Amino acid sequence: MQCSIRKFYYGDIPEEQGGGAAPSESMNQHGWPLWEVFIRSKQGLDHKHAGSLHAADARMAIENARDVYTRRQEGISIWVVESKNIHASDPGDADSLFEPAADKIYRHPTFYDLPDEVKHM
Amino acid sequence: MSVHHLEEKFQQTVDAEIKIEAKDWMPEAYRKTNLRQISQHAHSEVVGMLPEGNWITRAPSLKRKAILIAKVQDEAGHGLYLYSAAETLGMSRDQMIADLHSGKAKYSSIFNYPTLTWADMGAIGWLVDGAAILNQVMLCRTSYGPYARAMVRICKEESFHQRQGFEALLVLSKGTPEQRAMCQDAINRWWWPSLMMFGPKDAESTNSDQSMKWKIKRKTNDELRQNFVDMIAQQIKLLGMTLPDPDLKWNEARGHYDFGEINWDEFWNVVKGNGPCNKQRLQARINAHEEGAWVREAAVAYAQKQANKKKQVA
Repeated sequence: MQCSIRKFYYGDIPEEQGGGAAPSESMNQHGWPLWEVFIRSKQGLDHKHAGSLHAADARMAIENARDVYTRRQEGISIWVVESKNIHASDPGDADSLFEPAADKIYRHPTFYDLPDEVKHM
Repeated sequence: MSVHHLEEKFQQTVDAEIKIEAKDWMPEAYRKTNLRQISQHAHSEVVGMLPEGNWITRAPSLKRKAILIAKVQDEAGHGLYLYSAAETLGMSRDQMIADLHSGKAKYSSIFNYPTLTWADMGAIGWLVDGAAILNQVMLCRTSYGPYARAMVRICKEESFHQRQGFEALLVLSKGTPEQRAMCQDAINRWWWPSLMMFGPKDAESTNSDQSMKWKIKRKTNDELRQNFVDMIAQQIKLLGMTLPDPDLKWNEARGHYDFGEINWDEFWNVVKGNGPCNKQRLQARINAHEEGAWVREAAVAYAQKQANKKKQVA
């Protein structure tokens, strides 16, 4: 059902399901693969996906990521990973994949009625 | 599931304000429209570096030069965000660049006008970026996720572009008679092309209806243009300058400014390649690409060499 859309791998698209051209073709004639960029904006926070870019190797990817995604001090640390190395769940399977969590409201604190005298718990 | 059923489900998703992501099913026309719009937007950012690049070496002070370089760097960055967003729809970067160079893909016609004086740097920031921002703020809420995220990033950075432009004109407007004349001249030349940036009138725009239904766009060309006129007609008073439109006046009943008819022949002429700088702009892009080919090749050769070295050690 999704094969009608021609896609290249990008971030959450698994290579084998991306459709369209094979990775070697989609690597572009200049041969610079696609990289996903993750940035830690400040100490104590997670690295967060910022976007993607093309680069010949990891070092160039980090340097380009600095210029493209941190021109205004948005980061103190950069991760890059080649897009083809990211594996992702299939949005088409999302309903069944995440279904097990749907009926477990007892995992939330608000499920439990306690007497007011308990105050904060 | 039939295509009809998928399309219905797609429209429901869009109507519920849930973003569409790269891997989701989408109608082919939705994919194509987004691809055309995002790649055209990316090309506009990249070609948009040229008219301003023209003044980097001639900026009147070190401060203005540093500001202009930062702005042009932002535009390169904006082009890269947008190319990445467009790539998620299945076209390679190389293909997009090839389409730009062959003339198949368009970019905003505004960049086919020349930048004749320093005041043009101010007018571009204030008017051209001002017009672009109205469009881009709307696009932060566009239905295609990767495009919307790129636009949020761009909008955060774009505000400085417009403010520095207005400030540059403000300084000129308080300067010598020559500087004031230069300021007015730049406004005169950039006003009408800026209005044209919003595209054809709603009655003549072929893409608008479906784009609104799919929430790719959320305001029509005419609505955005009116917003722009209302905003600029107020701001120009602070510069003590005038807009080159004798028909511009406040309409109490409408609650908007009325303005004169745009020269649509000029608009279509520039779109079709007959603007003052079309050839020069495209040639500059092609030259940059061709003259940079050895750098790209060398980077690949170096990466391969390093990878081989690593293999040998292991």
